[in-house]
Amino acid sequence: MPAIVEIRDLQKTYDSGFTALKSIDLDIREGEILALLGPNGAGKTTLISAICGIVRQTAGHVTVGGHDTIAQYRGARRLIGLVPQEINLEPFEKVMNTVRFSRGLFGRPRDDAHIEKVLRQLSLWDKRDAKVIELSGGMKRRVLIAKALSHEPRVLFLDEPTAGVDVELRRDMWETVRKLQADGVTIILTTHYIEEAEAIADRIGIIAQGEILLVEKKAELMRRLGAKQMVIELQHPTERIPEQLAGYDLTLGKDGGSLVYTYDTQGERTGITKLLSDISAAGLQLRDVQTRQSSLEDIFTDIVRKDS
Amino acid sequence: MNLEAVRAIYVFEMARTFRTLLQSIVSPVLSTSLYFVVFGAAIGSRIDEVEGISYGAFIVPGLIMLSVLVQSVSNASFGIYFPKFIGTIYELLSAPASFLEITAGYVLAAATKSLMIGLIILGTAFFFVDLQIAHPVWMITFLVLTCLSFSLFGFIIGIWAQNFEQLQLVPLLVVTPLVFLGGSFYSITMLPPVWQTVTLFNPVVYLVSGFRWSFFGMSDVALGWSLAAIVLFTALCIGVIWWIFRTGYRIRG
Ligand SMILES: Nc1ncnc2c1ncn2[C@@H]1O[C@H](COP(=O)(O)OP(=O)(O)OP(=O)(O)O)[C@@H](O)[C@H]1O
Ligand SMILES: [Mg+2]
Repeated sequence: MPAIVEIRDLQKTYDSGFTALKSIDLDIREGEILALLGPNGAGKTTLISAICGIVRQTAGHVTVGGHDTIAQYRGARRLIGLVPQEINLEPFEKVMNTVRFSRGLFGRPRDDAHIEKVLRQLSLWDKRDAKVIELSGGMKRRVLIAKALSHEPRVLFLDEPTAGVDVELRRDMWETVRKLQADGVTIILTTHYIEEAEAIADRIGIIAQGEILLVEKKAELMRRLGAKQMVIELQHPTERIPEQLAGYDLTLGKDGGSLVYTYDTQGERTGITKLLSDISAAGLQLRDVQTRQSSLEDIFTDIVRKDS
Repeated sequence: MNLEAVRAIYVFEMARTFRTLLQSIVSPVLSTSLYFVVFGAAIGSRIDEVEGISYGAFIVPGLIMLSVLVQSVSNASFGIYFPKFIGTIYELLSAPASFLEITAGYVLAAATKSLMIGLIILGTAFFFVDLQIAHPVWMITFLVLTCLSFSLFGFIIGIWAQNFEQLQLVPLLVVTPLVFLGGSFYSITMLPPVWQTVTLFNPVVYLVSGFRWSFFGMSDVALGWSLAAIVLFTALCIGVIWWIFRTGYRIRG
């Protein structure tokens, strides 16, 4: 798949002197759903804002659909829809008017049929004549999405689309995102939740402290996230892993007092029962068994440590 | 050119104006009527004529200018301050629209509103005084140019302002005094010579003078100066706005 967004050495230092983006390199492929996962203050919003023209980049280049976001901003921005993290809407404006406004602002001629389609898709058609102030929080967020979709963007940025949204609506939102993908829209969304990334993304990027730590296919990352370890403490230390157990992903623990077994919780079978009986068969006696799972945090610290 | 963007902003802003039409129009009309009663009737009865024109008629152009200037600055400054304040400016910044297009949308809407108010006040004036307009085309030209240039100025104030106090400060502390001291209610030839010279540094003098000329065919300063002043002021404002968008001053982080 060709890249529709290319980010090269993108840096952002705010006027306060704080560097929010260190040097971002990232290719976003046409038609994919990319989830940017990262803790508060990681730079997710700054990254999106720099691409969309809301903050000025300090260095580097971004192209969208081959258009440089600064030199050819019109071409680039026409392709982009942005749903900001904050709910920024004119309170006294009618839903229909504010969505129509967005379409015009992006240079598209008035097309009420398209706007009707978008509003229906987001279950807002009944509310088209309501003022924004009369809507619930979840509805307002959908109005923001409707505004972003009003001009038929090819690339959609969703900055924490499901923050403060209930479970049911969250599923609706994912459904909407999938439909958009089916229409060929490339989607970049930010989130704090692994489950969310897991539910809809094709690829997941992890960002922390202004750096992209890794970008991987979801399946790949989930395998790493899903990896679990079982620590088997032995009654008597052993010097090496017995021959019979060579088929398992085992390492010898401290002083040979334990065996550490790494397995995939998402795999069809974990092989634990068989391993335990094979261990007895090999003549080792168990004292205790513990399991631990690597969390996103583990992966973060892991990657950061490897980095430095 | 993204003319759709200009149109979208204009239509959106005008819709806001029409939603609050009554309050937009009632207050300038009311305050102008009060000026007529106080200046025209009460004080005017003691001043016979200024340069051959009844005092009531003489102050009409000044009164219109007063409202138009204050309205232009406050409409345009609010128009752009509001999106900044509630955060919807993200959409303007991320749109495929140039600074000229965004400015045009907001400034044209603000200028339209103050033009409407100016014309309504003119209409109101006919109820109070006998009025003839010597050069109607010039009158409209001056009115439109004034609405545009001071809406541009207001747009700058709206971007500069970081809170509501600052937003109110300029119309209150700068525009109103300049208008009052700009010969709205008197001919500057009535002032002592020193003050006449000082007054020439007040840009509003040129506007009021030119505008009054279009009514009565007589002016404090030459017509050419009035036109030059308004063009210069407009150019200056456009220059500042161009700089604002280029540097992102107070709008782009
Ligand atoms: N206008 C600004 N001036 C100075 N620093 C800023 C500005 N905006 C953001 N920052 C800083 O940049 C860093 C990244 O902020 P950003 O909003 O991009 O994080 P984020 O990943 O979106 O976080 P969250 O998950 O909380 O939304 C933070 O440390 C923040 O304090
Ligand atoms: Mg954020």
